[in-house]
Amino acid sequence: MDDTYTHGVDLRSSPAAADDPVPILELRGIHKAFGAVKALRGANLSLLRGQVTALVGENGAGKSTLVKTLAGLHQQDQGHVLLDGEEVSFRDPLQAREAGIAVIYQEPTMFPDLTVAENIFMGRQPLGRFRRIDRKLMRRMAVELFTQLGVRIDPDRSAQGLSIADQQVVEIAKAISLDARVLIMDEPTAALSGVEVERLFAVTRTLQDRGAAVLFISHRFEEVFALADWITVMRDGAHVLTAPAAELSIDQVIRQMVGRDVASLFPKQDAKIGGVALEVRKLSRKGVFHDISFTVNAGEIVGLSGLVGAGRSEVARAVFGVDKYDAGEVLILDKPLKPLSPSAAMAAGVGLVPEDRRKQGLVMELPVSRNLTLTLRHKLSRFGLLTNRSEAATTRDWAKRLQIKAGSPNSPISTLSGGNQQKVVLGKWLATGPKILIIDEPTRGIDVGTKSEVHRLISELAGNGLAVLMISSELPEILGMSDRVLVMHEGRLTAELSRSEATEETVMTAATGVESPNKEPKA
Amino acid sequence: MLAETAPRPTVTRTAASRWGFLQGWDAAIIAAVLLSILVASVMVDGFASPRNAGFLLIDMIPILLLALPMTLIILTGEIDLSVASIAGFISCVFGALWSGGLPLETIIPLCLVLGAISGAVNGFLVSVLGLPSLAVTIGTLALYRGLAFVVLGDQAVTSFPRVITSGLQAKIGTSGIPVWIIPVLLLAVVFGVILHFTAFGRSLFAIGYSEHAARFSGITVARTKFWLFVVSGAIAALVGIWWTLRYGSARGDNATGLELSVIAAVLLGGVSIFGGKGNLPGVIAGVALLAILRNALQLASVPEDTLSMLTGGLLIAAVVAPNAVTWARSARKRPLTT
Repeated sequence: MDDTYTHGVDLRSSPAAADDPVPILELRGIHKAFGAVKALRGANLSLLRGQVTALVGENGAGKSTLVKTLAGLHQQDQGHVLLDGEEVSFRDPLQAREAGIAVIYQEPTMFPDLTVAENIFMGRQPLGRFRRIDRKLMRRMAVELFTQLGVRIDPDRSAQGLSIADQQVVEIAKAISLDARVLIMDEPTAALSGVEVERLFAVTRTLQDRGAAVLFISHRFEEVFALADWITVMRDGAHVLTAPAAELSIDQVIRQMVGRDVASLFPKQDAKIGGVALEVRKLSRKGVFHDISFTVNAGEIVGLSGLVGAGRSEVARAVFGVDKYDAGEVLILDKPLKPLSPSAAMAAGVGLVPEDRRKQGLVMELPVSRNLTLTLRHKLSRFGLLTNRSEAATTRDWAKRLQIKAGSPNSPISTLSGGNQQKVVLGKWLATGPKILIIDEPTRGIDVGTKSEVHRLISELAGNGLAVLMISSELPEILGMSDRVLVMHEGRLTAELSRSEATEETVMTAATGVESPNKEPKA
Repeated sequence: MLAETAPRPTVTRTAASRWGFLQGWDAAIIAAVLLSILVASVMVDGFASPRNAGFLLIDMIPILLLALPMTLIILTGEIDLSVASIAGFISCVFGALWSGGLPLETIIPLCLVLGAISGAVNGFLVSVLGLPSLAVTIGTLALYRGLAFVVLGDQAVTSFPRVITSGLQAKIGTSGIPVWIIPVLLLAVVFGVILHFTAFGRSLFAIGYSEHAARFSGITVARTKFWLFVVSGAIAALVGIWWTLRYGSARGDNATGLELSVIAAVLLGGVSIFGGKGNLPGVIAGVALLAILRNALQLASVPEDTLSMLTGGLLIAAVVAPNAVTWARSARKRPLTT
């Protein structure tokens, strides 16, 4: 790993000075405003051949805008984009693609009914006689791509049901087939499990060896430091620092990102633990989860860990009543809860902050206030009538309590950063005054500053007697926050660990299945 | 961005958002209503008279009535194509019961209940079985129209007393405004309040934009949709009764094709066919625009076939226009690429 840093010849901390090896792609002094909001004000970035650059920054720092500028989705107001040292401007995504820039998004969009090979070569399928698609050749080309990447995916299977990790690999294969020289990965690991992350990294290193420049965006520092040669830090839309990863520490990077020291990432307070608030008895759903029993007490944070696909979110959704279950029962404060009825769960004092913020947590087309008060519709009604004014007032109140940064209650929710969106989802449930809060991935895709805020908030709530069931794919979060840790593996509970028993090793052992620790999910 | 935690002053925004619903499409459609009144008054003989205003308003009543529940249904991303057939079916039932000698105060509630049940069949198929409403209500469109002919065959019942049939045409003094438009407008206000100022209304918008997020927010999506179809059926029954008495005739083909005008008016009023977007004042303007255009062209002796084409054309225009704006915007940004 070490020699990868040094063969960049000069290790300079300023990208403007690094003109000895001409970067494949360079951005200089990019400015971009949306109305009054200045998303970018002086962003610099240079991507070198065969090197991985990690772009880090809090949510709202302008990373996504920068990526969209690179992808040709936005046009900068000011500044220069240099491709191989020559100035270019991308007016649309097609031009960026032709210039060899490929973007892999967190959740790729694929044609679910087409095969993997068809997805890769969509719109440019190899043609045989009479302009018919040469399926054999297409298949062979797909296999070749996967071999180059060192992964095994059946090119003939349909894209439907492909895991997110596999979808990303397919997108990468597509990028290679397009001769992409610059690969941008926007939080690719947010939805991946440990094994999948490792495979993605292996693929990335293959690309690196082939001479591609890789831009990697992530909120997980262990990944950033494991993968990146260079780290570029952005803050408030501007470039703050670019340095070789080897010369930086996590603390330094965090300090540069937030412009201050973050005291503690996981400030779990000790709380008095009360009686049983939520009891789940022998809950089963065929083929999804089996015989799940656990309790959560008032004032307690119970972490639910496991690999992606272990059935954690499915259990949470069944408890809340969004999904059905075949057997077992759910008790709230010793009273059985009606299955398959989120409104009954709400009335009983259960809240669910779902896994997918954009699809399940929020109505993206509605403004902030309508989203935050969606669960409070009845509570805010006077004589059956509901006014914008009462919704806005409640929204301002919660925005203040949770420090949600939004222009106004009427701002479209889509204009908020991921962290602030997540706070709106939290607010929407906290405002219902729940006794039990299930939080699925509380900090997915959220910057460090907001992350610790969310953690402090959850911890405070538990301190006030709220029972919290927290699902998380981030081990440090589980270990730092939980009073008790439950671990699921392939639809079954495999461990229940006290705070003192729970370590990275014990949790990971249970999460990967005790009997067969080497078992890998089938591609 | 980090330091700005204090809420910003909100004075200008409040004023803008209060009138926000009058921007864009709504403003355009209201302008179109005013413009069409102006042009028709100048160009078409007899348009600007109290007598004609009376006709125009009374012709608006069935479409406006049906547009109210239709707006709510389309907002949730569904559609009800069977309303005109339910109206025709109920018209025949009304006629059959009347000639059977039952009194009006028994017939009317019976018809309304039967309409609600007809709507409940749609609602059951859509919300409980999860079938697409487009397919379900095309099916029931044919089904209820068939039932209408089962009830009365090709006969017509016309033995309604003149007191009632002409009573429906009563005007307020000499103004030409029909008396019965008043309760219909009141009902429109009730629907407007329900849609824009109640918890139920909020849930409709949420369902229309994202059924998933609505479910995760504790909204009973299936139940809500079911009741919308029930209400739609009951109001269709009301229209069936109205139609029968207004024209003094209960026939199997009453109100045939009316659903087209209703849906055209709703979409013209700015409701998105994809759900989630729209408001009731806009829909009322849409109903008015369609009624004015039809009335003016009828006065100008334009044949009925042409009017039907106009309705169809406006329906398509209403769906295309919002998308066309988006295309135009993106086309301006994007020069020709090879």
